Amino acid sequence: MPKTPSPTARKSRKQGRRSPLATISLLAVGLLFTGGAFAAFSTSTASAETPAVVSAASVEDGKKLFQANCASCHGLDLEGTEDAPSLIGVGAAAVDFQVGTGRMPMQAHGPQAPVKPVQFTDDQIKSMAEYVATTAPGPGIPDESLLDGEGDVANGAELFRINCAMCHNVAGAGGALTEGKYAPALTGVAPEHIYEAMVTGPQNMPVFSDANLSPEEKRDVISALKFMEANPSPGGHTLGSLGPVAEGLFLWIFGLGSIVALTVWITARSN
Amino acid sequence: MNTVTAPAEPTTPTPTKKSGGFTATASNYIDERTSISTAVKELGRKIFPDHWSFLLGEVALYSFVIILLSGTFLTFFFQASMAEVHYEGSYVPLKGIEMSAAMASTLDISFDVRGGLLMRQVHHWAALLFVASIGLHMLRIFFTGAFRKPRELNWVIGFVLFILAMAEGFTGYSLPDDLLSGNGLRIIDGMVKGIPVIGTWTSFLLFGGEFPGTDIVGRLYSLHILLLPAIILVLIALHLLFVVVHKHTQFSGPGRTQQNVVGYPILPVYAAKAGGFFFIVFGVVMLIASLFTINPVWNYGPYDPSPVSAGTQPDWYIGFADGVLRLAPSNWDIVLFDHTFSFGILIPLAVVGLFIVLVLIYPFIEGWITGDKREHHILDRPRNAATRTAIGSAGVTFYAVLWAAASSDIIATHFKVTMEGVIHTLQVLLFVGPVLAYFIAKRTCLALQKKDRSIALHGYESGRIVRLPGGEYIEVHEPVDEYERWNLVGHESYQPLMIRPNSRGRITVAQRTRAALSRWFFEDRIDPVTQGELESSHDHH
Amino acid sequence: MAQDDNSGTELAAADSSDHGHGTAHAVGTAVVARDAVQNPGFPPHRPRVTDLDPKKEKNAERAVYTLFYLSIVGSVWAIAAYMAFPIVPEDIASVRANNLFIGLGLALALLALGIGAVHWGKALMHAEEGIDERHPVRGTVETRARAIEIFDEANQESGFGRRSLIRNSLIGALIAFPLPAVVLFRGLAPENQNPVDLLKHTMWEAGDKLARDPSGVPIKAADVTVGSVFHVIPEKLASVGHTEGYLEEKAKAIVLLMRLKPEDLVEDEDRKAWSYDGIVAYSKVCTHVGCPVALYEQQTHHLLCPCHQSQFDVTNHCAVIFGPAARPLPQLPIAVDDEGYLVAQSDFKEPVGPSFWERH
Repeated sequence: MPKTPSPTARKSRKQGRRSPLATISLLAVGLLFTGGAFAAFSTSTASAETPAVVSAASVEDGKKLFQANCASCHGLDLEGTEDAPSLIGVGAAAVDFQVGTGRMPMQAHGPQAPVKPVQFTDDQIKSMAEYVATTAPGPGIPDESLLDGEGDVANGAELFRINCAMCHNVAGAGGALTEGKYAPALTGVAPEHIYEAMVTGPQNMPVFSDANLSPEEKRDVISALKFMEANPSPGGHTLGSLGPVAEGLFLWIFGLGSIVALTVWITARSN
Repeated sequence: MNTVTAPAEPTTPTPTKKSGGFTATASNYIDERTSISTAVKELGRKIFPDHWSFLLGEVALYSFVIILLSGTFLTFFFQASMAEVHYEGSYVPLKGIEMSAAMASTLDISFDVRGGLLMRQVHHWAALLFVASIGLHMLRIFFTGAFRKPRELNWVIGFVLFILAMAEGFTGYSLPDDLLSGNGLRIIDGMVKGIPVIGTWTSFLLFGGEFPGTDIVGRLYSLHILLLPAIILVLIALHLLFVVVHKHTQFSGPGRTQQNVVGYPILPVYAAKAGGFFFIVFGVVMLIASLFTINPVWNYGPYDPSPVSAGTQPDWYIGFADGVLRLAPSNWDIVLFDHTFSFGILIPLAVVGLFIVLVLIYPFIEGWITGDKREHHILDRPRNAATRTAIGSAGVTFYAVLWAAASSDIIATHFKVTMEGVIHTLQVLLFVGPVLAYFIAKRTCLALQKKDRSIALHGYESGRIVRLPGGEYIEVHEPVDEYERWNLVGHESYQPLMIRPNSRGRITVAQRTRAALSRWFFEDRIDPVTQGELESSHDHH
Repeated sequence: MAQDDNSGTELAAADSSDHGHGTAHAVGTAVVARDAVQNPGFPPHRPRVTDLDPKKEKNAERAVYTLFYLSIVGSVWAIAAYMAFPIVPEDIASVRANNLFIGLGLALALLALGIGAVHWGKALMHAEEGIDERHPVRGTVETRARAIEIFDEANQESGFGRRSLIRNSLIGALIAFPLPAVVLFRGLAPENQNPVDLLKHTMWEAGDKLARDPSGVPIKAADVTVGSVFHVIPEKLASVGHTEGYLEEKAKAIVLLMRLKPEDLVEDEDRKAWSYDGIVAYSKVCTHVGCPVALYEQQTHHLLCPCHQSQFDVTNHCAVIFGPAARPLPQLPIAVDDEGYLVAQSDFKEPVGPSFWERH
């Protein structure tokens, strides 16, 4: 996923629903992070336009790429080894998520695969996904209509709180799991990756099959997350949305710190 | 005064009227009805010593005023009711969601009242500052020995205020009835249920039935805006009254003694500085509130017993109590005689309770050990009371470990370590940390005392090396002037108590305990420089 | 007190720090050195630049009134911002602007006012330090004697000490009168309920369908794939209104439903029938202090409570493997009905949630 906003993204931002007054005030304050988030959202929507046709050539490319980059751990026939799980039946969604977020190929063994710069081009990832999908049926790459962020935000937010917030935090800021594992932050994650994570349950994340959260409900959850991203906190800087710990530390260091500095000035002898 | 006699005896009012205008007339009017001139005479030129750390208590006082002002504004909009409503306000991700009126009105304050969010954030940030500044103020009092006679009772009042401030904070934190505060209340409910004999019923009465019930927000609201603030106001008044009665302590300095107070008069300098400082504190809180989000209840959503957020923590001042719960080992409950003893909750609570009691009664413990019945108005430099400073450092470390434990999950994710590792480390540190801190602080204090002695006797090392005619190299020391020296030598030390039989020829257990504690406190001591030593060192040069 | 202190000749010296007040106090174990260094007295006063240089004084004066004017600007700004940045319904950015600009105006008003006043006090007001005399906190000998006398007189005149029957009955009455208040507090909770009974049962009954939280859509066993987790309520809870105890019932009845590979489960003989083909249901209420234990790791099969980090092993009947929890999470026995829906076999076999005194 490219990090820099593409020209199309900028265009789409200009056409956004935001009122001009709001834009002016935001610019005036110099808080520009909305731009990045909104742009990331827009580009990823664009990149999800996957042609439904699976070409044999592409699958062949994918197989070669797989054998060169993945087979040493996952096995030549996707059967898995001691080091890595079998990929039979994980579907194109799993490949797109794992490789598309840079989690795979893994660099070193750790409690879990971290997000890294993506190693392959979109086409290469697509080829590998198609290859893995041809071996056994599994969840596919989601349809773009589910990723548009136009779902029911209120329903999505409630489902997010019940099904996701315990690990990912109510604001999607991430949280700790056992033995050094963690639930990553969800800000800036492309909608298709969020969707794919829900269907495939990467690593220790549980699977949210369509019987658990219907595709429409998944769309709502993504919409709620994207709403949060697109609308910066009305109260000002969020301090990482980490809750009372961040607030307490900030208060002690910067709040009380600046007040103590002022007491020193107040009681210092004037020269 | 009757109108017939007034022209007959033109007493005090007339000349005042001539010499002054409206102010004089008004002052006269008020004084004749309130005797306020006596108060002005007594207090107007009262001296208040100047030191930055003496303003920390003021920060607490001012935060409280800010909390009262912003809180009053909030009460006009907040509905302390758990009646279920469908939210139909401005915040889209919660539209149509069922929630309590408390939560809905909090959202309305945030999204539909102009300046409402600002006041909410001012209120919450000021609350964090209130407790933090009390804590820092108490540390200053502790490490400078300002709690000694005659101020022991004021220490107790201040400490009770600290506890009440935490209670205020917790009740306020629970009012919006959002997911975070609801889970906080659920933890309180779980802890209360763990109390032997009365726990189950206490929880039942507190929540007006089963958790969460529909009463708790209203009840906490009564405590939060009525009972607790009233008690806090009375205690603050008492606290300040004692400051007036005792007069403020001062640091040792040339010309300063136990019999005087040196500083600036309330009118005008202190009024300008302290009055200005109120606005500065308010301004800093306002600045933070306009730039930084606090407690985004709209993210948390309404309370529901099923969801929970990663990073569910209390506000910082309750952190130590949350932390101690996290540090308890697994499976500590015992079922005995058909009853459950929740030691996993009771023992952590007992540890925290003991810590609180020890801090509360520390002035009396130290007073008993030294047996010193004099009034102390000159503050100790922390280094000159090495054992007290070491005990304080151990206490701070203990508290800090508990505090850190409350954010074990966030430490784990942000420092890329395992949460189990963090907890195990903190479990060890809870016992080892205070001991280490004690020895490090004590040795540092003693080393600093030695350095003070050497500077008082020989002056500062100037860094200038001189070769004497005999070929010997020496470093030239620059002597300190007498004012500076006084800061280094103007203190007293204590020595260990010798055990002596009492009038009936017995040595009591209390005596032995006291002697043992006294030895612990004062065994390692460095006497301040005496006049004799000074003179002989001058002769030497 | 003095006799149990070190009363060597050195210590018996006059109380150096309290002399002149007529009330010598025990010094305890303090070492009062006879030849302590003498206090050198006040150092000479150093004037400030504003005392010496009229130009600097003028500058300071200018700075102070400029700050006060700036404060007025801040207040006006805040009022202007209140009008210029109204809240537009459903527009969060407008709330943000409203908060920010009113706040910045007020902050400017307050800070400039405060800094101006302090600067005035520091740079321009009379700088010589003043000295107050201290007096002992205790009253003078005469005052104390008179206070005792007053109490004596009051005692004589009232007979408080003499008329012991009156005194003791008064004390008794004073102790007794607040007691009714304690009784009144019983009304805090409903009269006809016993918390111990309530805690022992949840809403679950035999045949209740397991349903999704919050929609109440029942779950088929086939829906629960390996590795997935469902947040579950009893189907009938979804139709309970908030005024009929929805939250109270939910607080006890919430369940976590997971499917593991059957071979991963280590089950006791008598609890083998409580699961269905690797599907297990456990109470979501932590046995520590009651947070929702909602974090399920599908590979390690560990459940984690986000509040105090208790961990439970789903493969081993949710035994506590880390953290302060007191005992395993209670298991809900489940089965599958004719239509393939998951149903409860019964209520939990033990009380859910944290320990309480009457639990056994």
